[in-house]
Amino acid sequence: MTTTASSERTERRLEVRPSRRGDRAFARLVGAAALTILFTLVAVFVFLAVQGWAGMTSGSATYAPFTSFVGYIWPLIVSTLLASAIALVVAVPFSVGVALFISHYAPRPFAAALAYVIDLLAAVPSVVFGLWGGRYLATYLQPAHMWLHDHLGFLPIFGEPSPNGRSLFTAGIVLAIMIMPIMTAISREVFMQTPRLHEEAALALGATRWEMVRYAVLPHARSGMVSGMMLGLGRALGETMAVAMVLATTPTVTLDVIGTASPATIAANIALNYKEATPERQSLLIATGLVLFVVTFLVNFAARWVAGRSARRLGS
Amino acid sequence: MAKSIDVSDLHIYYGDFLAVEGVNLTVKSRSVTAFIGPSGCGKSTMLRSLNRMHEVIPGARVEGKIVVDGQSLYDPSVDPVAVRRQIGMVFQRPNPFPTMSIYDNVLAGSRLNARRLKRSEADAIVESSLRRANLWSEVKDRLGRPGMGLSGGQQQRLCIARAIAVEPEVLLMDEPCSALDPISTSAIEDLIHELKTEYTIVIVTHNMQQAARVSDDTAFFNLKAAGQPGRLVEFNPTRKMFSTPDEPSTEAYISGRFG
Repeated sequence: MTTTASSERTERRLEVRPSRRGDRAFARLVGAAALTILFTLVAVFVFLAVQGWAGMTSGSATYAPFTSFVGYIWPLIVSTLLASAIALVVAVPFSVGVALFISHYAPRPFAAALAYVIDLLAAVPSVVFGLWGGRYLATYLQPAHMWLHDHLGFLPIFGEPSPNGRSLFTAGIVLAIMIMPIMTAISREVFMQTPRLHEEAALALGATRWEMVRYAVLPHARSGMVSGMMLGLGRALGETMAVAMVLATTPTVTLDVIGTASPATIAANIALNYKEATPERQSLLIATGLVLFVVTFLVNFAARWVAGRSARRLGS
Repeated sequence: MAKSIDVSDLHIYYGDFLAVEGVNLTVKSRSVTAFIGPSGCGKSTMLRSLNRMHEVIPGARVEGKIVVDGQSLYDPSVDPVAVRRQIGMVFQRPNPFPTMSIYDNVLAGSRLNARRLKRSEADAIVESSLRRANLWSEVKDRLGRPGMGLSGGQQQRLCIARAIAVEPEVLLMDEPCSALDPISTSAIEDLIHELKTEYTIVIVTHNMQQAARVSDDTAFFNLKAAGQPGRLVEFNPTRKMFSTPDEPSTEAYISGRFG
């Protein structure tokens, strides 16, 4: 009698499911957020492709002073990649160094203050960086242009130096300053999440602080650092005002990054020409936007692949 | 190679908090000394102060003296990095470097000494260390695989191989078996028996049977009272400790009446 009663009670309890309504609603909500992002990306791509198609296929007069779309876009791509490359070359070591200093070297209160100041740097609008870079920093970087030309002039990228310092090189430096905060912030976060266990494993073997960083911190942080660099690179590739304001753009084909005459980057070119554009030029600019979109994707994939290669080599 | 350790009047602090008070003991060379006691009584803290790993935690410091073979560890002229190269350590949870292969894990310490190793030298160190850690036969065909791919017990023996690859004088083990199953535990205990012919070993353990099985001397730590610093209650040969301890609280702890 009592046993049947108790077994019935157990059955009943198993049949009554706890309400999962909240659970389901939340799953849908986050799923919708993820889909929205994907949808937006696709929508942008479709817009660029549809509207830009005309820009890639119109009469040769549209591409003046060039004659074809490829001729028009090519120097812009080169400039975009060169400026971003300069920005990364300068900003990556700098931001990794600063992030390491904050996470593993500086005394606590000082590290917190420094981290805060660097985050503030990210809040400065790019127009302000553009103004400062073109009017002020360029003058001070001019001697660096001379030096690069004198000592590394055999490289095609260091040709005739700009007399006023306004060059793709200066634009790249300004970009570097702009992308440094985000790269520093992300690197710092992943550095600080290094498992104590691995840091102590290195220290207990008699590692110095730098050796501990090399053995435990950097391997742990690698993928996070790459993500930070991708974000920085994305910003450098797409940054508009800083480049438009620093560079006196010339539609020419050159690899020289320290000369006066350099083509604009794709983004800066759009910003500089948008107001005065005819309908054909409008769709040409949209087509260049599509190219920038694709270039950004390719560069991201390439960087991920390179970064992932060493991890894959070890296998697991 | 193996050396004895003299600890006199040692106080260990975390900032202003006194964690361990007034420890005096002597760890004999080529023997196994076990630290036992309830959780939070400062055994691990004590162990970590023996190779200056304690001060890695911000604010942590030590007062008193630890002398290894006539050399005071906390002398201002002594470099903690040098101390840790002579006194190896194995942790509670196995911690091989996750991005390194088994081979590179064993060599991690030797490479720190910044000496260029010839391939043949490196191979010899890897083989002899892994053999001494009783791991060679299990991993000799996959030295290039990541250390993290091994089982927990194998990882812990890999960590022991890594620690002894640099020929330390003393080996500290902080609850080396607490994350392992009984079979791996027994493998490590056998290993401890073999290693004590070459090294001075200090082991922290929560497992009283383990202390009785592997150690020659045992130190029992306990808190004076709740919220008070930990202190050394009794330090005696293990055999005496587990049969006729001097202190009633030691007997109470060992027989399971508290803690």
